[in-house]
Amino acid sequence: MLGGPVSKATEGAGGLTGMWRIRRPEVDNSMCTKCHLCWLFCPEGVVRRGCKGEIWIVYEFCKGCGICAEVCAARAIRMVREV
Amino acid sequence: MRNLTDEEYLLPGNAACPGCAAVMAMRIGLKVLGPRTILVIPACCMSVVQGHCPKTPSKVPIFNTAFAASAATASGIRAALEMKGIMDVNIVCWAGDGGTADIGIQSLSGAAERGDDLIYVCYDNEAYMNTGTQRSGSTPEGARTTTTITGKSEGKKDVPGIMIAHRIPYVATACTSYPLDFANKLRRAISMRGTRYIHLLSPCPPGWRYPTEKTVEVGKLAVESGAWILYEWAGGRCRLTGPSSGLAERSKRRPLEEYLRIQGRFAQADPSKIEGMKRRIDEEWERILALCKG
Ligand SMILES: Cc1ncc(C[n+]2csc(CCOP(=O)(O)OP(=O)(O)O)c2C)c(N)n1
Ligand code: SF4
Ligand code: SF4
Ligand code: SF4
Ligand SMILES: [Mg+2]
Repeated sequence: MLGGPVSKATEGAGGLTGMWRIRRPEVDNSMCTKCHLCWLFCPEGVVRRGCKGEIWIVYEFCKGCGICAEVCAARAIRMVREV
Repeated sequence: MRNLTDEEYLLPGNAACPGCAAVMAMRIGLKVLGPRTILVIPACCMSVVQGHCPKTPSKVPIFNTAFAASAATASGIRAALEMKGIMDVNIVCWAGDGGTADIGIQSLSGAAERGDDLIYVCYDNEAYMNTGTQRSGSTPEGARTTTTITGKSEGKKDVPGIMIAHRIPYVATACTSYPLDFANKLRRAISMRGTRYIHLLSPCPPGWRYPTEKTVEVGKLAVESGAWILYEWAGGRCRLTGPSSGLAERSKRRPLEEYLRIQGRFAQADPSKIEGMKRRIDEEWERILALCKG
């Protein structure tokens, strides 16, 4: 085995990046067509897809970039100001 | 999209800026490459993203190497694994445009000439972003950086063309706004042996000066305007891919101005400058189309 300092894969290696956010994406699953483009394009990998295709967001680390809302043709994601 | 696993190999909460295309593509890239992968990353934004001990967002091991040495490092790792009889690992350099077009080009050229068994992905945000946006050989004409404050006068260095000239098995261009095209190219590269090269255009909100949510749109405009051409070159043959396949005729492309106007870095480009940029783009298309004809 390796000795010495070996980094471990961890969420939040760059901190609680959800704190950077000034707008939060809110998903309205009733409008969602389950295309999963938001999942594909979220740079952070914080859009999650459930077994029924539903979408939710891990807010601890979502940086609020707004890409998910931009790529959503169904307009099921709305960016809401937080600060 | 069903081909892409839900497993995340690049964990949330990393240090990339909001809206970073480079990290978007690394997330998708690692899904394709899988756990039997070693990344080699030189000094660049992604070496910041990789974090420092004791934490990293990456589930695959990363060898952080000197700026000039990515491909040489990967060659060494491959040699060591071969000595140990370990043959099922993807060794992948993931380097910026500065670390590829300028500083790392000698080690990349050396590895390609030897035919060393590695994949090299250059994510191209068209400047030295990690140090605050200085011009690189890959910065396009007209773009403002902190070292080209009136816009760069020279054109973009054609690194994929340089790699084609090495006659390696696989060279492709890609753009982060077309992740499935990128994933397919990565899969093709993985299926081959020898030096394989992918040049990935990666929009960068702070460096290109556009709002974070526009990352996908900016990349699409780069391709739809013809400023960035998607193609792959394998076995001596070149073919256009994705939306670029339908853009050989100039009239099919969106006006270059649409791509430029959405970004602050081209704000100073006047009509005569833009005409020059258009000429350069047309020349590039002629060159690629000639390559496709064989
Ligand atoms: C030999 C050497 N020179 C300069 C630096 C400082 N440096 C670190 S990252 C960087 C910019 C890298 O630019 P690029 O390769 O395009 O990657 P990006 O930051 O844009 O992702 C520079 C100049 C260094 N680490 N090593
Ligand atoms: S992009 Fe919109 S419609 Fe598609 S899965 Fe996401 S929320 Fe649903
Ligand atoms: S705002 Fe950005 S980081 Fe947050 S879920 Fe949407 S795409 Fe992902
Ligand atoms: S400067 Fe650009 S490339 Fe670097 S982390 Fe930020 S968005 Fe990504
Ligand atoms: Mg760069």
